[in-house]
Amino acid sequence: MTVFTPSVSDKTKTSSPILGLVGRLAFLVVLDAAALWFVARLMSLGYFPFGAAVSMITVAVNLILLIKKAYPLRWMVIGLVLMVMFTIYPIVFTVWVAFTNYGEGHLVTKQQAIAQILKAKYLPASGQSYKWTAFRSPTGEYALWLQDSAGNGYLAKPGEPLLQPQPGEAGIGQLDEKGIPQSIEGYQRLNVLQAAADKTLTEIQFGEAGKTIQIRSPGEAAELLPLYVYDEAQDAMINQETGVVYRNLRGSFTAPGGQSLQPGFIAPVQFDNFRDFFLSPALRGPLLRVVAWNFGFAFFSLLLNFSLGLAIAVLFNDPRFPFKKIIRSLLIIPYTVPALITILIWRGMMNPQLGVINRTMNTLFGWSPPWFTDEWWAKIAILLVNLWLSYPYFMLVCSGALQSISEDYYAAAQVDGASPWQQFRYITLPLLLVAVGPLLVASFTFNFNNFNLIYLFNAGGPPIAGAPTPAGHTDILISYVYNLAFSGSRGINYGFASAITIIIFFIVGAITLFQFRYTRMWEEVSENV
Amino acid sequence: MSNVSLVQRASNSARLRRNLSIGIRLVIAILLIIFSVFPVLWMISASFNPTGSLATQTLIPPNAGLDNYRKLLTSQEFPFWRWMWNSIKISSITSVLSLSITTVAAYAFSRFRFRGRLTMLKGILLLNVFPGLLALVATFLMISQLGDVFPAFGLNTHASLILVYLGGAMGINIWLIKGYIDTIPRDIDESAMMEGASDWQIFTMLILPLLRPILIVIAIISYIGTYGEFVLARVLLKSSEQYTLMVGLQIFAGAQFQQRWGVFAAGALLGALPIMLIYLLLQDHIIGGLTQGAVKG
Repeated sequence: MTVFTPSVSDKTKTSSPILGLVGRLAFLVVLDAAALWFVARLMSLGYFPFGAAVSMITVAVNLILLIKKAYPLRWMVIGLVLMVMFTIYPIVFTVWVAFTNYGEGHLVTKQQAIAQILKAKYLPASGQSYKWTAFRSPTGEYALWLQDSAGNGYLAKPGEPLLQPQPGEAGIGQLDEKGIPQSIEGYQRLNVLQAAADKTLTEIQFGEAGKTIQIRSPGEAAELLPLYVYDEAQDAMINQETGVVYRNLRGSFTAPGGQSLQPGFIAPVQFDNFRDFFLSPALRGPLLRVVAWNFGFAFFSLLLNFSLGLAIAVLFNDPRFPFKKIIRSLLIIPYTVPALITILIWRGMMNPQLGVINRTMNTLFGWSPPWFTDEWWAKIAILLVNLWLSYPYFMLVCSGALQSISEDYYAAAQVDGASPWQQFRYITLPLLLVAVGPLLVASFTFNFNNFNLIYLFNAGGPPIAGAPTPAGHTDILISYVYNLAFSGSRGINYGFASAITIIIFFIVGAITLFQFRYTRMWEEVSENV
Repeated sequence: MSNVSLVQRASNSARLRRNLSIGIRLVIAILLIIFSVFPVLWMISASFNPTGSLATQTLIPPNAGLDNYRKLLTSQEFPFWRWMWNSIKISSITSVLSLSITTVAAYAFSRFRFRGRLTMLKGILLLNVFPGLLALVATFLMISQLGDVFPAFGLNTHASLILVYLGGAMGINIWLIKGYIDTIPRDIDESAMMEGASDWQIFTMLILPLLRPILIVIAIISYIGTYGEFVLARVLLKSSEQYTLMVGLQIFAGAQFQQRWGVFAAGALLGALPIMLIYLLLQDHIIGGLTQGAVKG
């Protein structure tokens, strides 16, 4: 079905390049040097997928600029680079994330998590503990004056063995009544408040390696040992105090009893996120509602918006109709205001106590719909606002399509005595649907992911009671995904959000492929080119 | 004699029926117009309502005044001009750059024959079917990583937002512009080539001037689209002075919406006005471009 010419046509062979060869080579040298540096930086930060993507793009750009056959691609190389980087790469990345547990509690890489866990210390049974006083040099070096329970004083500096100096030795000044030196040469004594405010102090390991002393509390410094040791062979953390082994279980070092060490890390979880989507009993209730409403919303939006648009187009499809131009201008007004603004205006107008709609209805009928608190009224409100937003589009499209239907059909139908309804039913509608069919499918997929409307109007509310992750009665999948990833209230879960994203991909993709097949669009496309 | 009067009566009744039908349709039109225009009128009225609160608003506010506008334009918390400027800047840069990228690419797709041409064209079409919104999480993480290396392109920068918008430039518009270039006869190119013109010269001096009308329409549509976009901007921009108008309005609306209704309406109206004017003045061109693009897509 594809009809491509296997080789570059004669025309391109003779044509001159956009840049001369020298210019291109000079450009590539600069580009490659910059890219090399960029990739090195990305890799050193641990952003491997991103680095790999940049590398591949750079190689491709080199090929495009050097290979003669790729000449046509030089015309679109900037667009292609941007497309791969900012459209395709995020999609690929989404697929990767969908198979991991990336999210709250699993935000860092394994190396980072191990490094953090290894920082934990404990006081062994034999360990000595001291009272401490901190000293700081103007250059930011620290020293500790330690006193054991017997009242002996020691001087501790990072990386140096512990000293037990007398006043006068090692720069130690006179001791005060508590046995603490007034001064140490080269250092300033910190008072309790200064020491408490100094965040780096608790991080520093004083004394020589293997016998380090650290501050545990405002009153205590002690010889601490690392609480955990990482055993690479078992891929496990071993608690030195209790001997408990924490094995790597899907991105968390977990003890046999089930408790796990923080932080966890990003780890592959195969199809878990997808299984959760389809099978998790806690999620199933809210998710089923979300999916059902997602389809219902897209379907009824399409039905209502198209019907009203079509009805208007048919009613006013009369060239002699008075004020036609003015009427059209007024009717497309909803279409001309940025949707964000009008959605927010509608939100104000439908405010249950204060909005104009509810105040008017309260005055007239003594009752008004609870647009934001009742599940069904919220859905009706959304459909109503969407109708307002979208019918002008269908009105325009339909009146365009109506004008392209030949008058002859109607003349013939009148001769045969067809009623206006029959003419509409058997001539107008079928011909119109052929013309606007692709637009209907496109509109369905657009509304299927109409995040703006849902998010801006009521953020998916009212909430579904008892849902394990935030979900509302008017949430559609994409707004549910947004909550999972960005709401930050209950459990960010990028992995699960990405998995749902991919499921949406497949739904929308299936609908679109159906459209292409149904409307024979590929064939048309092939003919056009 | 009687025949004439019968015909006359018949034509009278036909005219009556026609007038009646026009009358009914006018009534329907008026109802529809009320439905269409009311929210916008309500917004205008709110912006002139001196009490500025949702609860006290009437369609024609007593003591109408410019209080809300004064508050809007002088408030520290609501840097309206700053947001407006950000929006105009980002939309202008995006629409010009994306149009340039698209037009050059469309020229190559139209005039050159190369392996994979059709596959690429179809791929672009398919890629566009997936809304960029779906990769939002990945885009966010990626921009935050990019910012660790180049802070100028990281989160909370306009540059990052424009880059992400441009990532979608190779889209449906390529098909549209390519379609127009296809209609320009190749004879023009070939005679120019005979005289020694390069592809680039043919493109800039022959093709581009012919494309001007459609390019202007596409630029305007893309400008309007970017101006109204808010999800990506909301996720990528963090601080108030970087917001686009849409993000600013949405966040402003989030807090104490009911008390600040008047100021919000004033900002919304000023923000919507440029776009409404563009639409209403150029409606024939824009609608033509929109429906054509959509039908072709």
